[in-house]
Amino acid sequence: MKPWEPHFGPGIVYTETVVHAAPEPFVDEAPYQLAIVELEGGGRRTVRILARSEEQRVRIGDRVEFVELREGVPYYRKRP
Amino acid sequence: MRPVALVGIGKTPFGAFPDRDLGSLAAEAISRCLADAHAVPSQVEAFYLGNFAGPCFVGQNHLAPYVAAACGLTGIPATRLEAACASGGAAFCHGVMAVAAGLYDIVLVAGVEKMTSQPTPRVAQILASAGDLAGEMRAGATFPALFAMIARRHMHQYGTTREHLAQVAVKNHANGARNPFAHMRKEVTLDTVLAARPVAEPLTVYDCSLISDGAAALLLAPLERALEFTSRPVRVLGVAQSSDRLALQDKADITTFEAVKRAAEKAYRMAGVGPADIEFAEVHDCFTIAEILAIEDLGFVAKGEGGPFTADGGTAPDGRIPVNASGGLKSKGHPVGATGVAQICDLVEQLRGEAGARQLKRHALGLAQNLGGSGATAVVSILSRCGTP
Repeated sequence: MKPWEPHFGPGIVYTETVVHAAPEPFVDEAPYQLAIVELEGGGRRTVRILARSEEQRVRIGDRVEFVELREGVPYYRKRP
Repeated sequence: MRPVALVGIGKTPFGAFPDRDLGSLAAEAISRCLADAHAVPSQVEAFYLGNFAGPCFVGQNHLAPYVAAACGLTGIPATRLEAACASGGAAFCHGVMAVAAGLYDIVLVAGVEKMTSQPTPRVAQILASAGDLAGEMRAGATFPALFAMIARRHMHQYGTTREHLAQVAVKNHANGARNPFAHMRKEVTLDTVLAARPVAEPLTVYDCSLISDGAAALLLAPLERALEFTSRPVRVLGVAQSSDRLALQDKADITTFEAVKRAAEKAYRMAGVGPADIEFAEVHDCFTIAEILAIEDLGFVAKGEGGPFTADGGTAPDGRIPVNASGGLKSKGHPVGATGVAQICDLVEQLRGEAGARQLKRHALGLAQNLGGSGATAVVSILSRCGTP
């Protein structure tokens, strides 16, 4: 991988929040979880967390993995 | 660099004023300021305006000459400064530097924002443009979300509690209830803050500052000419501006604002004072967690002790260092571009002993801290009564 290309490896949740009051483009998606993930290869990335239930939401220190890119936004989920 | 004095202040009330436009708010603050300084528009040699997003909120651009003309100031250099929520502080900083450098003698600084003409999701979107658009904002972040993530991390690293955050709101609302110019003059209880509607967890609506309309203005002069305008001049001992990366993900530690620390160090050095000398402060509590970071980064308390210090009353009007006796952004309101200028007005009122029911016992040396975005701009100013320290 070239150093300037984004990578989406697994990582650990550095911090997170659940957004209830969303900005205009995301109003229909709220509430949704955002996290800053500390990637295993170094660096941090702001991602969306895929969570259909409270249990699938993440907390600081949880291990997470990349699922997919949607319109340039990386979606992650809690590692089983 | 020659010494600079503040010789006049003027503010509008902060609030939601559907029948007022941006120009009339700015003109009201400026006319009150010139009257306070016994000055006339023709004496003003340069004008600096802090405004974050007039073009988005109300559609008008080219705002500095627009406002200047509305106030009878024509033919002088009129410059708008945009530094997100630190636009007002940046305008003040640049105005002071122009007088200190001897470019001009009499300089007018104003800040204004007209925000309430847009619905809240649109306001959130406009405010979000001050963040990192390609990364965090595209993922759905808002400013409350960014500060919520800062809060979570601060809680994790230092044991700060949800109640500590709420204590900031309780204190600032108690202070703002005594401020006739505040947007929300209402005391709140700890339970009200904790049980309120969530905005971005763990922050509730009472952890967030208000969407407001308002304006503030200041008149600057060289210290040697101050008595031409006022018998109660205030001296600008130090002012410094600093910057940092926009995105939280690019900062090594999101529980500290490096730009605030750098601006504070510089302002303290300029003023020849340290954090222990400061008697009171107005800090940028756009969110409750932001006040906790501010009192730590300014050196009033050690890192991580901001929460317990607040809960113990250390920042209350009768505490060791009163913070946001005006009510802060939390209760006074946060018309973004006006905020940094209004903080200086609030310091001047205290230094002159004219703060009425909010007047503090020790009021000779005050500090203001104005923050842009999630810490990408910071301005720290230190003011004293003339003759001190």
